[in-house]
Amino acid sequence: MKLMNHTLRYLSVAILGILTVWALIFYINMLDEIYDSIDDGLDNYKLLILDKVQTDSTVLYKTEFAESNYSIHEIATREALARRDVYQDTLLYMQNEEDFEPVRMLTTAFTHNGRYYSLKVISSMVEEDDLIEDLFYALIWLYVALLVSILVINNFLLKRIWRPFYQLLDRLRDYQLGKTPAVSASKTNVREFNALQDAVISLLDRIHTTFTSQKQFIENASHELQTPLAISISRLELLIERNTMAAADQEAVGQVIQTLERLTRLNKSLLLLSKIENKQFTDQTVVSINDVVRTLTEEFSDFASFRDVDLSVMADTPLSFRMNQDLAGIFVSNLLKNAIVHNYAKGTVEVVTTSSALIIRNTGKAAALDAEKMFNRFHKGSSETQSTGLGLAIVKAIADVYGIAIAYSFTGKHEMTVRFSS
Amino acid sequence: MKLLVIEDEPELLKVVEDSLRMENFVVETASTYAMALEKIGAYDYDCILLDIMLPDGNGMDLLTVLKQQGKSENVIIVSAKDSLDDKLQGLNLGADDYLTKPFHIAELNARVKSVLRRKAFDGKNTIVCGNLTVDLQGRTVSIGGHALSLNRKEFDVLLYFVVNKDRLVNKTSLAEHVWGDHIDQADDFEFIYSQIKNLRKKLKDHDAGVEIQAVYGVGYKLVVV
Repeated sequence: MKLMNHTLRYLSVAILGILTVWALIFYINMLDEIYDSIDDGLDNYKLLILDKVQTDSTVLYKTEFAESNYSIHEIATREALARRDVYQDTLLYMQNEEDFEPVRMLTTAFTHNGRYYSLKVISSMVEEDDLIEDLFYALIWLYVALLVSILVINNFLLKRIWRPFYQLLDRLRDYQLGKTPAVSASKTNVREFNALQDAVISLLDRIHTTFTSQKQFIENASHELQTPLAISISRLELLIERNTMAAADQEAVGQVIQTLERLTRLNKSLLLLSKIENKQFTDQTVVSINDVVRTLTEEFSDFASFRDVDLSVMADTPLSFRMNQDLAGIFVSNLLKNAIVHNYAKGTVEVVTTSSALIIRNTGKAAALDAEKMFNRFHKGSSETQSTGLGLAIVKAIADVYGIAIAYSFTGKHEMTVRFSS
Repeated sequence: MKLLVIEDEPELLKVVEDSLRMENFVVETASTYAMALEKIGAYDYDCILLDIMLPDGNGMDLLTVLKQQGKSENVIIVSAKDSLDDKLQGLNLGADDYLTKPFHIAELNARVKSVLRRKAFDGKNTIVCGNLTVDLQGRTVSIGGHALSLNRKEFDVLLYFVVNKDRLVNKTSLAEHVWGDHIDQADDFEFIYSQIKNLRKKLKDHDAGVEIQAVYGVGYKLVVV
């Protein structure tokens, strides 16, 4: 549920409660005010009638309300003395309404020429049920109007206010560590949004710094390892060349050299991976993928025939792509090498180019590989001990840099479809 | 032949020095820009191995110095950076070759000898090794006037061995030299064995006075028998 609808849900309940309470108080207050005002009117009437009694004694004989709004009766002295002004609600038959309607009546007593009279003055009253009904409908309308206006305000005004928030959200969604440039802040006057933006941006900055220094570390470490490795290998070679060792010792040294060379390859791959991800291969040319394929299949032909794998190439459809020449070579060679290595004797590797894709199909394991994991670093799909487990990770890194799409499928043969689209 | 190795990393310097001495070169060393400048000013060398990243200066400047002094030494630039710009700049400043660190000793030997050969080029660019005559221009190998029929790779393999005569040639180094840099991803270099087998057979068929010996686990060695 959207935040604004969320608030609306609570608001609708809260407003209902507030309006109900308010309506009660308002009703009571209003009624009180009305009574007050009517009672004042009645009091005023009483004074007017008493004044009139002084000049016109016929008034004293008006014992029915009839067309006027007062009646006078003579009463006993004792009763009159005990009487106080009393305001009360009562019912009176109304001609127009053809019903008994509530009226306010003031009952009082006065003396005139030594005789005591009771005076009743009435005033037509508000019809409470009508008042309540009117108030009820007014409140319903007010409630609906409030909800609708809040909804409208939410949708139009708040949407505008929340825009920086959604913009930030969109940018964060698109953010890829190390790939997208830093997230920029949107201009907003809302303090919370500014605080959020500042916090997010500084968090990303810190993550990015850590990430970069981590990457830098890998690169530096790989770089620093290179020379000592090369020196060690060369020294061991020189040692063997001295011919002072027994055959068995020589063999042992040979094994050390092999291990060191594997380490060198691994290190080289890591360094390469790091350089690709750091976009250090800047020179770009339009590379003919056909030429790359032809050169590499020629380079790999001895390797393939040693492994007894038939390498067939159908790279006649011209296919070219703007990228770094060296990376193109590494890209194709890693795929090609994989197809040859993860194969069996008398197996096949087919390399086909179309106008937009390079397809490498090879025989191998009888089951599909895990397409998710195969591009992960150090993921080894086989028990090849010599494999660095970085070949496809390098392929993926290059593909990511140039937006090349790689799809893997298995239909008896393993098939890699590389789509070059600019 | 007198060589100058300019390299600030002592261990690497030692290895290169030892290895080149085994090729019977006279090797002198310099580990700083200042030392290198002094030696270049005082002596003449047939070939200079120049590490361009020195603690007290840029090796590239030494190329300019050499040019100003009118010296025509062969220079092989050695750099830890595999940068095309450095390579082009170096070659433009008169360097003869460019080698990226880390390198195989056999590769260094091949480069040094190739550079020296170019200098001593006397019209017929050939190398004699035992009863083998390698014609670099025509890319042919003959024994007693009979040409061996070698394919491109076999020729490259044999030439690499000949240049590194009596020296241990690492499989990796051979693979990278002959099959290209990409082959280093090819896990294992067992496939080289089949190439060597063919080559050995051809050499034997022609009664060659050289033999390719296996050095277990490491590589091969060409010896004159």
